[in-house]
Amino acid sequence: MVEESPLRPFYTVLVLAFVCSALVAGAAVGLRPLQEANRRLDQQKHILFAAGLYREGGDVAAMFAPIETRVVELASGRFVPEEEVDPEGYRQLQAAYSDGRALAADQDPAKIRHLEKYSLVYLVKEGERTDQIILPVRGKGLWSTMYAYVALDGDLRTIRGVSFYEHGETPGLGGEVENRRWLEGFRGKEVYGQGGEVLLSVVQGGAGEGPDAVHQVDGISGATLTVKGVNNLLEFWFGEHGFRPFIDNLQRGGTSNG
Amino acid sequence: MAESNRELLTRSIFKRNPIALLVLGICSALAVTGQMTTALVMSVCVTLVVAFSSLTISLVRYQIPASVRIGLQIIVIATLVILVDQILKAFFFGLSKQLSIYVGLIITNCIVMGRAEGFAMSNPPIASFVDGLGNGLGYGLVLLAVAFVRELFGSGSLFGYEILPLTTNGGWYLRNGMLVLPASAFFLIALIIWLLRAIDPSQEEKD
Repeated sequence: MVEESPLRPFYTVLVLAFVCSALVAGAAVGLRPLQEANRRLDQQKHILFAAGLYREGGDVAAMFAPIETRVVELASGRFVPEEEVDPEGYRQLQAAYSDGRALAADQDPAKIRHLEKYSLVYLVKEGERTDQIILPVRGKGLWSTMYAYVALDGDLRTIRGVSFYEHGETPGLGGEVENRRWLEGFRGKEVYGQGGEVLLSVVQGGAGEGPDAVHQVDGISGATLTVKGVNNLLEFWFGEHGFRPFIDNLQRGGTSNG
Repeated sequence: MAESNRELLTRSIFKRNPIALLVLGICSALAVTGQMTTALVMSVCVTLVVAFSSLTISLVRYQIPASVRIGLQIIVIATLVILVDQILKAFFFGLSKQLSIYVGLIITNCIVMGRAEGFAMSNPPIASFVDGLGNGLGYGLVLLAVAFVRELFGSGSLFGYEILPLTTNGGWYLRNGMLVLPASAFFLIALIIWLLRAIDPSQEEKD
């Protein structure tokens, strides 16, 4: 400890704060490109998981290369040309707040509150034909917002795979949404019923038999509220405010690269 | 100081373990002990932070005015924690995702502040560094012991490798759901404290 003059605490704090802020700012700016790249790779990995194209230990960037990233206007369902919105630089989650619209409570079963105007979609092509479409979805679970990718078959009805890439649910209970064995259950399920309503849902206590079984996925025991969140987000994102206009558009053959 | 560096390093691991004897740093010990990997990374992070914050504070201890010393300690600690967090995000993304907010919460880990205020402010840099290292290791030891039990019996694996195949994955082991929840660490830490005090009765509190 030192003899104290009244000014001494001020300049000690100033000097220390300056040195420390320089260090923190330097680290944040210097490491940002690496961190961004990591985040991107992680998301690409989950897109590949959803599409069933991920191979353990492979190079994610190389596996992701054939996948086409496009921007879709949610309300109209049309493809947005690259000149208008660049898919590389588009930050969808930020856009929901800066450029999106607030959702009324009754329109918002997934409780996302703000919906962006444009969404990214990922297309897996086989020659000219679109084999899979991977859609980014999100919604509130029990504790947290859960983020996932859903891969839809080229027939626009059948799920090919689902992958949750970020959530804060209870490990071992709701956290099991990322269990690959459970996610397998989504494969081959159909989203829409005869009348075009969203029937795909996770059923607690086991999916039934009969005509509805093709829309039902076995639940997770101990995770009733999380599963409810999963159902809500499926309902929202396959509904009219989500990707429904886009899917309808594709069904009508409106794939003109408008 | 009379104690040698070796003494400083080892006394915090058994004789004066920060969790078992001082009962500091419990919050993170509950939160990150669900898996061995996260517990190990957390231990390494805390060890680094506590060692370097003690070193830094000890180096400048003659310059620190008594009236603002707590604030200055917090600034040093917070800086180190942010650096660790940024480095994790840049080089070990998967781990930083699992640890999420807990790395940031090292700032409020009482061990770091306790060593800064209780030891580094009045001891030379090398001794403070070693003391910080010892405390970090003592913390890590308890964390890993708790995580070992929780991950093995709660998730049937160790460091993510399957040891007991779970029924949810088609095996035979029905997981212990309680051990998955953070509160179970309370019981395990209590058992560790009991064990240590049974071995070394001098740790017992006097009535």
